[in-house]
Amino acid sequence: MKVAKDLVAAAATPMVLGILAEGESYGYAILRRINELSGGELDWTEGLLYPLLHRLERLGSVESSWQSVTGERRRKYYRITNVGLAELGEHRRQWDTVVDALKEIWLGPGDLRPLTAIPMGSPA
Amino acid sequence: MTAPQSKDELEAQFAQWRQYVQRRPEMQRSDAEELEDHLRGSVDELIAVGLRADEAFLVAVKRMGSLDDLSREFAREHSERLWKQLVLTGEPDSPTAATKARRDLLAMVICAAGAAASIKVPELFRPAVEEDGAFYATNFGLFALPWLAAFLAWRRHARPALIGVLVALFALGAVAANAYPLAEDSQSIVVTAIHLPVAMWFVVGLAYVADDWRASRRRMDFIRFTGEWFIYFVLIALGGGVLMAFMYGTFEAIGISPEDFISRWLLPCGVVAAVVVAGWLVEAKQSVVENIAPVLTRLFTPLFTAVLLSFLVAVVWTSAGIDIERQALILFNLLLLVVLGLMLYSMSARDPLAPPGLFDKLQLALVVSALVIDVLVLTEITGRITEYGTTPNKAAALGVNVILLANLVWSAWLMLGFIRRHRPFAALERWQTGYLPVYAAWAWIVVLAFPPLFSYV
Repeated sequence: MKVAKDLVAAAATPMVLGILAEGESYGYAILRRINELSGGELDWTEGLLYPLLHRLERLGSVESSWQSVTGERRRKYYRITNVGLAELGEHRRQWDTVVDALKEIWLGPGDLRPLTAIPMGSPA
Repeated sequence: MTAPQSKDELEAQFAQWRQYVQRRPEMQRSDAEELEDHLRGSVDELIAVGLRADEAFLVAVKRMGSLDDLSREFAREHSERLWKQLVLTGEPDSPTAATKARRDLLAMVICAAGAAASIKVPELFRPAVEEDGAFYATNFGLFALPWLAAFLAWRRHARPALIGVLVALFALGAVAANAYPLAEDSQSIVVTAIHLPVAMWFVVGLAYVADDWRASRRRMDFIRFTGEWFIYFVLIALGGGVLMAFMYGTFEAIGISPEDFISRWLLPCGVVAAVVVAGWLVEAKQSVVENIAPVLTRLFTPLFTAVLLSFLVAVVWTSAGIDIERQALILFNLLLLVVLGLMLYSMSARDPLAPPGLFDKLQLALVVSALVIDVLVLTEITGRITEYGTTPNKAAALGVNVILLANLVWSAWLMLGFIRRHRPFAALERWQTGYLPVYAAWAWIVVLAFPPLFSYV
């Protein structure tokens, strides 16, 4: 199963901000972390990640700095800002609402239908 | 394969990849560096699980996906990068280019200030512009163009010998403008005022091609430079006009008349400074902004062809003779000049190896129709001259006409050969660049020899 592109894109910002809220990081590590968290199910590309990081930087949600690692190699580290933390909070509220609503529908208290009744394996 | 060897190889592959990424306009240096770090992370991991360095590199690049997709995503976030900006102080992310651009800027400011000063210096010894029109008209090219040539020569690190030649030629121009005893209202003053700037412009050309004045490619570059310079100059002039209009209006509104300041300082200094600034702009923006002269020629070649053909049809239809006044000859000279310009600038942007197309045929039609019209005019005018005798004006106009005619006849012939695939396009290009000294020589002849020849009329 692969998560649909639109859903990946919609979840991209809160996911990156959430990872950066754990501590500063850089592109490759962020991508690895997402891979790890989703068990390889989320199809993230560099073309999604880096432009997103640049956009968040432009909007002031994250800030970046170049730090040198081994030898002449430099690495661009991203750090979440207060604006970014506030935005992450807002995203969380919205996602909680969506997730709660979905849970309510699929396995709510009044629901007597078994889960298997939900058609699976036929993505729209 | 030993370990250090494979490491070197890997580095070479990274360097190649970096160049490849940086060639894309959407990607900047910092992006390339960031992506390279990503790639290296990926490679290190793959080597750690047991792949060889070259294998790891291939897999990592493959995983990153096609560069086209990547740069499309970058372009969505950084769309402003596709509008190539002329950064006046150099690329922000390459320090050496930045210092070079700053030095250029400084040199330009010095040269522009020098030009502005040199149009005001004569006022210390002579009456102002309004009372001494003839002096300023003949010397106009000498105020600004030496400074433009100086800027170009400085930029190209011209050899002392070339600088000597440039100085000597400008000095010769100054002699031609001022040494002859010409009356204020003589025809020769007008002829010199028109031809001296042209002669001086070719001296600027010498400074432009500095290192390699025999090379056809360098001369073609000078032709491109001339077209772009002209367009920038016109744009600056338009902006300057708006500035002066606002200055006049706003100061008038509070009861101060800026007229004197505008006509004696802002306008003359602005014009000569703009000559240098336009030259600097062309040099600075080379390859940053699309050249605009070839675009304009593409736009106007069909329109001019239509007008000339319909004019020819009208002449035949009404069987009216062309009314030949003195202005008419100048008008038709300008027409030939425009046709030549249209041809030169579409040539300057053309890929010499591309096969002949519809546009080339259109251009041939344009040139041939201009030639036919000019022959009609010439047959009329030579009759006039043999009847009434010649003056500097007529002789100069006729000379220009013959020179342009000769160029266009041979160009039409070469173009025909190219369209019929007998000749390569390069022949046409070589003919045009080889012809440049003819214009220069004619301008110098008119400036130096005409006044004594026509006994200073």
